[in-house]
Amino acid sequence: MRRAELTAHAIALGLLVLAPWWLSPYDLSLLGRFLAMSILALGLTIVWGWSGLLSLGQGVFFGLGAYALAMNLKLAALAPGDLPDFMVWSGFSRLPWWWAPFRHPVVALAAVVLVPAAVAAAFGWLVFHRRVRGVYFALLTQALALAFSTFLVSQQAYTGGFSGLTNFGPLFGVQLADQKGQTALYGVTLVLLTASYALATWLSKSHFGRLLVAIRDGENRVRFLGYNAAPYKVAAFTLAAAFAGLAGALYVAQVGVISPDMVGVVPSIEMLIWVAVGGRESLAGAVLGCLLVNFGKDWVSSAMPSLWLFVMGGLFVLVVTVLPRGIGQLVSVRVPRRRPAEVAPAAQELAGQ
Amino acid sequence: MNQPLLQIEHLTVRFDAFTAIDDLSLTVPARSVRVLIGPNGAGKSTLLDAIIGRVRPAAGRIVFKGRDLTHLPEHRIVRAGICRKFQAPGLLDSLTVHDNLVVAEARSRRWPALLRTQPTAAQAGRIDGILATVGLTAERHRPAGRLAHGQKQWLEIGMVVASGAELLLLDEPAAGMSLGEREQTADLLQRLADRHSLLVIDHDMAFVERLGAPVSVLHAGRLLKEGSLQDVRQDPQVRAVYLGRVDECEYDYA
Repeated sequence: MRRAELTAHAIALGLLVLAPWWLSPYDLSLLGRFLAMSILALGLTIVWGWSGLLSLGQGVFFGLGAYALAMNLKLAALAPGDLPDFMVWSGFSRLPWWWAPFRHPVVALAAVVLVPAAVAAAFGWLVFHRRVRGVYFALLTQALALAFSTFLVSQQAYTGGFSGLTNFGPLFGVQLADQKGQTALYGVTLVLLTASYALATWLSKSHFGRLLVAIRDGENRVRFLGYNAAPYKVAAFTLAAAFAGLAGALYVAQVGVISPDMVGVVPSIEMLIWVAVGGRESLAGAVLGCLLVNFGKDWVSSAMPSLWLFVMGGLFVLVVTVLPRGIGQLVSVRVPRRRPAEVAPAAQELAGQ
Repeated sequence: MNQPLLQIEHLTVRFDAFTAIDDLSLTVPARSVRVLIGPNGAGKSTLLDAIIGRVRPAAGRIVFKGRDLTHLPEHRIVRAGICRKFQAPGLLDSLTVHDNLVVAEARSRRWPALLRTQPTAAQAGRIDGILATVGLTAERHRPAGRLAHGQKQWLEIGMVVASGAELLLLDEPAAGMSLGEREQTADLLQRLADRHSLLVIDHDMAFVERLGAPVSVLHAGRLLKEGSLQDVRQDPQVRAVYLGRVDECEYDYA
């Protein structure tokens, strides 16, 4: 990283670390959940920005992570042997077998990352080995999002149905809804976001990152250079799903509720807008875009709830037509990307034309 | 010892009712240059497509160094030692010239390379050599998409070389180039022939002449004639096939 970039990152991190001292508890809780969602946005940068895979189904992986932790928190609120209310209404007398392991917080926390990753790997393997690409891939992921939210609503006895999971108990003995719990969660979120950001930055400089861009630019060229493109795409998609799952778990822990309308088709598209606004190839842009759009959403929705969908649609049109590389374009367009000596040939060519 | 590098045996490729390659047999010896010419639709590019596995033949075999490649997946054919430059330059536009070559370099295909941020010293040495060979050392940090057309062609030739392939399939490597660039390209290919076998498609007779290599004429998916450019040019059948194009062949670029 260049010095200016490092300085900017250090300042941003410093502000976030000190946020509990300078933000009101309400603003801090908003910031915490938006930072959690930024982890998902980092995954979208990898999968959409670098690899060119337009996933309209990131909400599914966000939801899988969120539900995995929510199941544990739901059980933690009950006396031993009791069942969640929606199961009682459905006449269940025992916990379904696949719910039982989520009693253990360690299992649930592992599932937060592993379940979305496994679903993404299986889906990706099928789709990418069949060479499903472009708009067909986008449509399949949207179908996945629709199927997942429909499944959650329809299986009320197992999933809590339309109202989802809420009324949570403690995690490792900590009441998450408390002021103390919320501050701790903010810290955990910031640490995990920083770690995810560092991992993604490193990947962007690795040969793996370069290959993802190469596959986006010319999948056939890469194939006819001796690569099987499918495993790389599966790996990128799986990693993004793991990020999304982590984001979902951190979100549900802070917000205290998860329901099907937070994981379906519309939220999945909204996730793309965060990244589009920030500039889809830039990791900093993903975080910035996520924060801007979500604080904007909070502000617009509290002023005029019905307006948000229009603002969101307008924002998407604006970014796609005017700022295809996101708001980062406004800042970086005049900053030379390389040392002047290396820019010279391009400049000469321009002058010559 | 005298086994040819590539043997194409009774190859037939069909697109529905249309037979693009019709019972074609052809051999390419090691360390040689062979030029494929023929009118549009003769099946030249389809032949290269079949060799690299982009289209699958209806009949026949493609044998490379004694190994049957006919049904291998595309990336395994490259790993066996055949790499192709496409007619329209197929570069990775947003990567730099240098990074295009890193992606192409044979050792980048192995798993341990994935998490490395810099190429190994051995790779860097090879890439520098290839940059010098194709004359793009000064452009190494430019995004490939911003190169001039001729430079794009050279970069893709460089990538094909970097892939470590023994047999290079070059589909119109001099297309769209100026006269001077075409001559440079012909010289470049002759230098590459020290270490590689080349199968080159081109229409430009001056370019083919400068390559000084044996020519195979394709017509309607069949091999019409093989020999030196002089022999082929004088062949009445070849002249008949080219018809109006004969003039172009004889005088336009010569």
